[in-house]
Amino acid sequence: MTRKSRRLWLLLLCALGLGSATALTLSAFQDNLVFFRSPSDIAREAPKPDRAFRLGGLVETGSVVRETAPDGKPEARFRVTDGANGVAVTYAGVLPDLFREGQGVVTLGKLGPDGTFRASEVLARHDESYMPPEVADALKKSGHWNPNQGAPPPAATWNMLEPAQAQPRRGS
Amino acid sequence: MIPEIGHFALALALALSLAQALVGLAGAQRADARLMGAAGPIAAGVLVTVAAAFACLVWAYVANDTTVLNVVQNSHSLKPTLYKISGAWGNHEGSMLLWVLILALCGGAVAAFGGNLPSALQARVLGVLALVALGFLGFILATSNPFERIWPPPMDGQGLNPILQDPGLAFHPPLLYLGYVGFAVTYAFAVAALIEGRVDAAWGRWVRPWALAAWSFLTLGIALGSWWAYYELGWGGYWFWDPVENASLLPWLAGCALLHSAIVVEKREALKTWTVFLALLAFGMSLLGTFLVRSGVLNSVHAFANDPARGTVILILLAVYIGGGFLLFAWRAQAMLPTGVFTPVSREGALVLNNLLLCSIAAVVLAGTLYPMFADLVLGEKFSVGPPFFNTAIFPLAVPLIGAMTLGPLMPWKRARLFPALQRLWWAALAGLVALVLCFAIEGYRVGPALGFGAAVWVILAAVADIADRIALFSRPRAAWARAKGLPRAAWGGALAHAGMGVMILGLAGMGLATDTLRLVKPGESVALAGYDYRLVGVADAPGPNFSARRATVEVRDGGRLVTVLTPERRSFPVARMTTTEAAIHTNWLADLYVVLGEEREGGAVLRIHHNPLAPWIWLGAAIMALGGGISLSDRRVRVSAPAPKAVKAGARA
Repeated sequence: MTRKSRRLWLLLLCALGLGSATALTLSAFQDNLVFFRSPSDIAREAPKPDRAFRLGGLVETGSVVRETAPDGKPEARFRVTDGANGVAVTYAGVLPDLFREGQGVVTLGKLGPDGTFRASEVLARHDESYMPPEVADALKKSGHWNPNQGAPPPAATWNMLEPAQAQPRRGS
Repeated sequence: MIPEIGHFALALALALSLAQALVGLAGAQRADARLMGAAGPIAAGVLVTVAAAFACLVWAYVANDTTVLNVVQNSHSLKPTLYKISGAWGNHEGSMLLWVLILALCGGAVAAFGGNLPSALQARVLGVLALVALGFLGFILATSNPFERIWPPPMDGQGLNPILQDPGLAFHPPLLYLGYVGFAVTYAFAVAALIEGRVDAAWGRWVRPWALAAWSFLTLGIALGSWWAYYELGWGGYWFWDPVENASLLPWLAGCALLHSAIVVEKREALKTWTVFLALLAFGMSLLGTFLVRSGVLNSVHAFANDPARGTVILILLAVYIGGGFLLFAWRAQAMLPTGVFTPVSREGALVLNNLLLCSIAAVVLAGTLYPMFADLVLGEKFSVGPPFFNTAIFPLAVPLIGAMTLGPLMPWKRARLFPALQRLWWAALAGLVALVLCFAIEGYRVGPALGFGAAVWVILAAVADIADRIALFSRPRAAWARAKGLPRAAWGGALAHAGMGVMILGLAGMGLATDTLRLVKPGESVALAGYDYRLVGVADAPGPNFSARRATVEVRDGGRLVTVLTPERRSFPVARMTTTEAAIHTNWLADLYVVLGEEREGGAVLRIHHNPLAPWIWLGAAIMALGGGISLSDRRVRVSAPAPKAVKAGARA
């Protein structure tokens, strides 16, 4: 094989590899991107019922109910809020160690026809002061929290507060 | 006092690295033997100073010196000593220091064992390694000094994240870094070759062991991390396609491609430009991994630093080393003339296919890892990419890769025909098919696991067939033993590594059949899963060194026979104000029985029970792969120097 034809082969092979990788990536992206939605996003525009997405916000204080189904499967119900809006969530599984009321949480699942979010995963796997960046962003957007002023206010007070009155809690 | 000595030693290492870079690169350029000869001793000096700095940091941790900010933030006097030591690298500053220490070790190794290298090549390699060390030492001293003092000293430290307090994780970073940083050496060889404009068999003979060693350590490091995630996080999974995991998988894939193409350079003097490109790519992926993990762009247990200044500096370092390497490549790659014949159907052809597929997989993983970040920054859209993406996109590339890795070793160099190679594998193929059909028959219509079992059996038996073929086990069985003893260790190592991959696929296929259940049980009640009965005896308090725990006692019975008693725990760490779950695992090698204790309420406890068939084989397979790499490294030809390139040719090119 001459040098020229060898180089041609090499280029062709590289193009083939890169092309197949691109094609596979794009086709897989089409069905498998998992979008992040805050409760306000859902209130504005309901997502497609069969598509999984991630819902994030603060766990509303006083909303967590732990139950046991008749077959012995434990189930947790709680509300996720970003201050302006809230979404009811059900989750069948062991809640993570750091799951607490008033704390930032990200859940993965689908929205049911009754408007309840059925979570297949609940992520709250960081230390106490940690706030998932998506949740922090959603809180900032809804005007309830300026992260420069300290930790977020307790989630229980959120639905009552006007955005302008939201007082940051200091020194926690 | 001792932290100041450490700080000073780091500054000294920076100055020595600058000297090493200048002496190595300038000396080789001027062909000045005295300058080139000085690079080695200076590299030893860098090693000594960085090791001294690291020892000072470890001392500060062991002595729990609370005047050092880094110790205060990451340690506590009540921590067991092992975790005090491992805490030294369980944080951003310390882990960067470990990174530089391993780089200095590599530099020292090139200086100590590189006596049979051409002196100009050795000097240039040391010079490039010093340039890399320079950047990272500067980064540590400027933005993340581990020896910073705090005044007044607090009473005690804040403790290390409890989920990092684990023997598996104590050794995960050093092994991973040995892999990451090992690719710095192949990078340095590639840059040196580009400067010289020459790549020959001797170069390949030096690059292959380094790539192999780095790859073996990386394999072990990734496996250890995955194993840790499996038993410590308590989710029952082993790989989550988390960006942090992908960050370590990327250099592994590139390194895997590199060590295979280095074989072609060594044996056939072909694929030179491609190998140099892969060497640049492998280190680029290592640096990208460091950037992803250390800069705080990812949120996970690894993201210690949420300081954008550090991220920017690492990004600049990444741009300089990788951009610089690829610029040099674009400019100089023309100078490397290929020699030898090359046909598509041959062993080198199979290796090219392997390279192509590994790089395509790496491209898919890279896109899936970086696109969400990119979309967040540029489009302002927040989304994530989960396991379904990676599984659907990688599967079509993994199938031909497995085909190539079984057929490749059976094909001769230069020219081969496909049919004779297939002929020698017919019984392996048949066995694979039987495994596939058996899985369908036993487990029902489960395509993924069935294909996995088939592929695993095929890969393992193909490795056996390869060795049987080489020692002529079937054609001349009497001479087989003698031939087996004479067979180069590289052949054994290669076959073993391929078989290890097969064992790992076996584990992955088994995990495809995993089942789990979740139940609130009261003491005395039991749960059935996969033929076993799990009976909760009770939950009691159990004290620990720096935590207090609730421990459940679960009896596992198979029929009436007591198999084992499992004790999953929930530990609460008062210092870090965290709770962790300790899964209890019993393995009988055919399956893991895995129990996690959830919350307690209504007089009972929530138990999550997993039945994970063949789970340990995943990490066993990875260990076999790394062992194969190690055996291949002990091959005679690694120790014996390569034949010098023909003097006439060298003269003509100079």
